[in-house]
Amino acid sequence: MKQFISALMDAHLPAPDGLQDGMAHTAGRRFDVYRNNVVHSLITALKVGFPTVTRLLGPENMNRVAGAFLRAHPPTDPRMMYYGAAFPAFLESHKQLDQMGYLADVARLELAIRQAYHAGDAPAMPSEHLAEIPPEALLQTKVHLAPAVQVIRSDWPVLDIWNDAQTAQSKAQDVLITRPAFDPIPQALPPGGATWILALMQGAKLGDALDAATTEAPQFDMGGPLTLLLLGGALVSLE
Amino acid sequence: MQSEKPDFSPLPNTAGVGYKPQHFNDLIEHPGAVSWLEIHAENYMGDGGRPLAQLRQLRQDFAISVHGVGLSIGGETPLDPAHLARLKHLIGWLQPAIFSEHLAWSTHDGQFLNDLLPLPYTDTTLAHVCDHIDLVQEVLGQQMLLENPSSYLNFASSTWEEPAFLDEVARRTGCGLLLDVNNVFVSATNLGFSPEGYIDAYPTDKVREIHLGGHEVDKDDHDAPLLIDNHAALVADPVWTLLDYTLAATGPKPVLVEWDNDVPDWVVLEGEAAQAALALEGA
Repeated sequence: MKQFISALMDAHLPAPDGLQDGMAHTAGRRFDVYRNNVVHSLITALKVGFPTVTRLLGPENMNRVAGAFLRAHPPTDPRMMYYGAAFPAFLESHKQLDQMGYLADVARLELAIRQAYHAGDAPAMPSEHLAEIPPEALLQTKVHLAPAVQVIRSDWPVLDIWNDAQTAQSKAQDVLITRPAFDPIPQALPPGGATWILALMQGAKLGDALDAATTEAPQFDMGGPLTLLLLGGALVSLE
Repeated sequence: MQSEKPDFSPLPNTAGVGYKPQHFNDLIEHPGAVSWLEIHAENYMGDGGRPLAQLRQLRQDFAISVHGVGLSIGGETPLDPAHLARLKHLIGWLQPAIFSEHLAWSTHDGQFLNDLLPLPYTDTTLAHVCDHIDLVQEVLGQQMLLENPSSYLNFASSTWEEPAFLDEVARRTGCGLLLDVNNVFVSATNLGFSPEGYIDAYPTDKVREIHLGGHEVDKDDHDAPLLIDNHAALVADPVWTLLDYTLAATGPKPVLVEWDNDVPDWVVLEGEAAQAALALEGA
């Protein structure tokens, strides 16, 4: 099977010994059916999983990059929905793509959206629960976020690129992904917002998360990101 | 540990289709000739979201068959215990009518190749396949079905004919068989044997489900026809004829139309299911 796999992944190698057509000729092109199936199906899985990276690279370049990736990082899990977790780092290390420095972050965003799509279900808590907390207790409260919540930090206007926007709103963008029903929604976060949400995800109290955010961005107001979380059905419970 | 539930409640002897999410609304509103669905197990092994929500809704209206494409039953290396556990979880909550897998391999030493790859038919591979099926049936506590592959080549080392190999696997493990009639036609054309002769030699009494699908026509190095099982086309006319021949031997069985690539509008797929239902009426 080792020889079979090597020949599958490298079209320059001959077909393995002992394979024949019905007339006892050597297998020849018949083996190429398996080669094509393996390589084509994995490239297709990457194109489906990274549609914006595919658009930015163009289909021909994507075929080349995905082909190199699948040989360096063949899947280890039969669930194609999770294939490509190493693709962003692979893009980053690919020297020919240096002039597209944003590509790896776009891939990270697409991967996070896909993970949010398949994440576990968690019913959102009624928003009144937050209003019922006495103001003096609010900063001592911890919030539990839905498994679909993701935060992507980028030095590039990654959401504008993903949206195919004609003009970028800012140089760097942090992105929050929520999944109010079944479709993940990526939205830009204000300065400090990513730090605040990442602190909450690590179990920080609202007040401690606020301190971390204002250290990074003194004008930070948690009202905006909190509204994004509420509208995104991302608050599951309070503690 | 054969389970308290010794067998699956059977699929109806009617037409089903491979479920594609783009057909969800059509299926609910206009199921037509389709009374059961088959899903690929691996697509429903996420934690939540729309795929699982749709499946929970569909199981209210349709009998479901779970078809695995990633267990690598025909592999040399042991089955992936994590994948087997995920399968057990899916089968546990979904309670499908049937679980089936392929006489093929796709994983070796932890590397997954995302295709159904061929194996030689020898006493050694027979023992591997039987061990793997024994383990699956023990973990699931239920019988599984094993499907014949579409073949593009032979192994010089094979010592068993495919129908006899499948019969022996079923005899040793107690598994049932899923007979893919398109695969029989594709393999027969590619390897130069008679498709009717294959059906005559096949243990038709062990068939619990039948598959149909489309193929494309190519040529090999010697300009001989090479059929590719691509699940991306209408079922070919000679495959419908072979279905009639098969049903005459098996009697009415659940018949599934698979269309996995270049998926057509619902009306086209439902039309294929209606033709399968017609063939079943004549059986």
